Amino acid sequence: MKNSSEKNKLKWHFWIFFIPVFLWILLMFILPHADLVRLSFLTSDFVGKAVPTFQNYTNFFTEPIYWLTFVRTAVFSIVVTLIDLAIALPVAFFIAKVIGVRYRGLILILTMLPFWVSGMIRVYGWITMLRESGVVNSFLIKTGIADTPFQMIYNDASMVLCLSYVTILYMIIPIIGVMDSLDDSLIEAAYDLGANKLLIWFKIIIPHCVPGIISGSIVVFMYAMGSYLTPALVGGKNSLWFTQQIYNQFIHYFNWNQGAAFGMLLLVLSSLIIIITLKLSKQKLNEVVAK
Amino acid sequence: MIRSLPNTKVYTGCYKLAIYFYFALMFSPLVIVAVLAFNDSVFTSLPWEGFTLDWFVANGPDRVGFFHDSRNINGVITSFNTAIFVSILTVIVGTLAAFLFEQEEFVGKKYLFFLFIAPLVVPGVILGISILSFSNSLSMFIEGIVGIENSTSSSLHMKILSPGFWLVILGQSTYITPFVTLVVIARLKRFDRTLEEAAYNLGANRFEVIWYITLRFLSPAMIAGGAVAFVLSFDNFNTTLFLVGSNPTMPITLFTQVRDGSTPVVNAISVLIITAVCIVAAINLFLADRKAKKSGR
Amino acid sequence: MNHIDLSVKNIVKKFGDFTAVDNVSFEVEDGDFFSILGPSGCGKTTLLRMIAGFYGQTSGVIEIGGQNMAAVEPNKRPVNLIFQHLALFPMMNVKENVAFGLKRRGEKGKVVYDKVDAMLERVGLPGFGERKIEELSGGQKQRVAIARSLIMKPTVLLLDEPLGALDLKLREHMKVELKKLQAEVGTTFVYITHDQSEAMVMSDYVAVMNEGRFEQIDTPQNLYKAPKSAFVAQFVGDNNKFTGILRLESNGNFIETEDNLKLKINQTVDMGDGERVEMYIRPEATIINPPETETFNSISTVVKAILFDGANSRLLVAIEGGRKELLVSLPQNRQYDNIKVKDTIQVGWDLSSSVCFKETGVKTYEEFE
Repeated sequence: MKNSSEKNKLKWHFWIFFIPVFLWILLMFILPHADLVRLSFLTSDFVGKAVPTFQNYTNFFTEPIYWLTFVRTAVFSIVVTLIDLAIALPVAFFIAKVIGVRYRGLILILTMLPFWVSGMIRVYGWITMLRESGVVNSFLIKTGIADTPFQMIYNDASMVLCLSYVTILYMIIPIIGVMDSLDDSLIEAAYDLGANKLLIWFKIIIPHCVPGIISGSIVVFMYAMGSYLTPALVGGKNSLWFTQQIYNQFIHYFNWNQGAAFGMLLLVLSSLIIIITLKLSKQKLNEVVAK
Repeated sequence: MIRSLPNTKVYTGCYKLAIYFYFALMFSPLVIVAVLAFNDSVFTSLPWEGFTLDWFVANGPDRVGFFHDSRNINGVITSFNTAIFVSILTVIVGTLAAFLFEQEEFVGKKYLFFLFIAPLVVPGVILGISILSFSNSLSMFIEGIVGIENSTSSSLHMKILSPGFWLVILGQSTYITPFVTLVVIARLKRFDRTLEEAAYNLGANRFEVIWYITLRFLSPAMIAGGAVAFVLSFDNFNTTLFLVGSNPTMPITLFTQVRDGSTPVVNAISVLIITAVCIVAAINLFLADRKAKKSGR
Repeated sequence: MNHIDLSVKNIVKKFGDFTAVDNVSFEVEDGDFFSILGPSGCGKTTLLRMIAGFYGQTSGVIEIGGQNMAAVEPNKRPVNLIFQHLALFPMMNVKENVAFGLKRRGEKGKVVYDKVDAMLERVGLPGFGERKIEELSGGQKQRVAIARSLIMKPTVLLLDEPLGALDLKLREHMKVELKKLQAEVGTTFVYITHDQSEAMVMSDYVAVMNEGRFEQIDTPQNLYKAPKSAFVAQFVGDNNKFTGILRLESNGNFIETEDNLKLKINQTVDMGDGERVEMYIRPEATIINPPETETFNSISTVVKAILFDGANSRLLVAIEGGRKELLVSLPQNRQYDNIKVKDTIQVGWDLSSSVCFKETGVKTYEEFE
């Protein structure tokens, strides 16, 4: 819609935006990941020279500890996602639809407040509560419910609890977003036509919230899959997380090639799970991320 | 159900109770951490031994409070400096990207945008190792050109490319820039482009239009994006883990302390951070309230 | 002093296959208030944006102040534009908005703000400099937008339906204000609108635009009295429309309508006997109980409804024994107070007040059938 002289004039500011952004993507994303791919197909031979190999990838499938850790990580991440969803739906509904406009700002801030505090400190809070000498045990003994303290962390349950705790906001916020756009009169109409509450939830509210639910689920799932701190601090000796495998390869064994291969596997497999979810729910990544 | 529908008392009561319970669950770990910071005990646990400020101010020999604990102080300072640089860098790149993806048209824009926001869904650990390995490869490449003898730890490329302050900033920024960009794009979408035309019409050139009109319109989003970047950077663990040098950021120092046995100094730091967060939240609430009153007038 | 400020020659604008502006030419003299009137989508906004430089033309020449604008960027043209939604900068106060253009021109210091104060005074907003844009009323915003453009002393001021967003009362008021202001400052105005009343009240000349072309450029009076096309007849003011077959007979020319009426016309037509034609007659030229003379048409009608609207009151009548309905203005001088629905009355008009065109089938939304 512009004439040719305008088109030429528009060029210089296009390049001012394009060049830095393109270089950014190239240097900060494309090349580092390409380098990671390159590393993952290399191994050091006995004199320390890098030679190409598939060994790093075959290791993953032949050593059960590796792929079992991955499956564990994926399954628990899905569990965390589902727990978050089950809690987030009623909480988001309360904020979006039940609470009056007057208190909405306050309760939104209260919802987000714990998440502005460093994730490290939030996990530390649960440790102080749940460990053998923790506050919950003191309380149980004092009230006589238990007579000896018992260890409530360093197991899968505490790990799932803490992961759910640190990720729940990523589920609540997008769901509030879609619930806001749900017209109250739809619920009123359904009620008026004789639907009960359960039916309203499953026929009106949840179908409307699908984009927000998918968006929240992807973020929570990826966050859980990629977290290191929580499993390392509250997971048990047997609850190894896949990111710990990567960390160990990079930092402890200094085997960057194996670590790079694990990184690529985590990226590819978790992306696959997301792509399948998106395909099944007929959503698009761009739209979901923009939520 | 929504307020306009009739609800039984039991239903409403249970629902409210559940919500209270949710918020109690959200806040209890933080409250307990904060309270135990003032417990006169070397263990971060009950029983309550009395009130003390030792974990903030004590200066040896038995107890070293936060203000005299150089390791933790350094961690906080490093995190603070990192967050400031990350905010500046991500706001600059994020705003440029917002202009590029919102106002310009070019072939392949969709794909470039996808690549640009991809770090949002790439696990932070992977961003960390990819930046680590690339910077390592790059510095080896540069060494190959300038010669190993010229590559002392003080030369510029070694400063930026070996694990440490600058690499942490770059690594965090890859992950944080898309957030900032989305914040800026959201506001840019609401920008009325006839304002630009009006400015052209009054004799402004493209640079003046961006400077006087578009950027001034975007400034609230740029500030908000900077704040988001600051918080994300301050909190970042996964990417940072692989890139820290001898001066780790606060989450990393806290992590090693908690893993290897902590003292209530960790609680003291938590109190300071929780207090800072509450102050910010209060200001936020106050401003929102004033704005609501103003617009309601 | 009457030199040409704006000259548009054979301008064409195509968007792909669609021709938005189709070979339009016109000239605006210094100090004129020139309006371009047309329905939405007729290409008037495209034309205005080409003059402002936001669109390049496909072909043709635009000259402003005698200078060809082909290579001149929008920010260098001696024209300023009042936008439809004004496009005041919300991030600046009134003073900064008005000073914006002067500063871009490199003017600095106190001089700028002296000019701004003088201009605000001129548009009736003295002391409003520090106000924020969102604090202003609709009419005040309008004036700020005008001040912001006029301070640039443009050769031509372009206005893109700036009154469209105002409510009716304020719009009526601003029409008069704008006209007065234009007369006072003497700047050439080019005003586009779809509201014929705005165009008629304010303009020295009005161009009626339809489907990318100018149908007629004339004074408001001539547009009203002597429309040169069926479109203009329908678009400017209200009209009753008859369609029928032209009969050229020795005792005068007639139109034979579907209801078998024979309506006399005394217009000289360059059409042949038996051609299908349209005839237009305004409600206000149609009178009740016309004199039975040779220079009048007179037809018998039945009153269907009385449309009372103060000075603009009308009768809706149907031709007796037919389906065709007409609007007839109903003077509120008590003379016709006795007329009731279902009465049979004679209506008619002076032959010189009707106009006739070859049938085009053009319909405007204002057409009444």
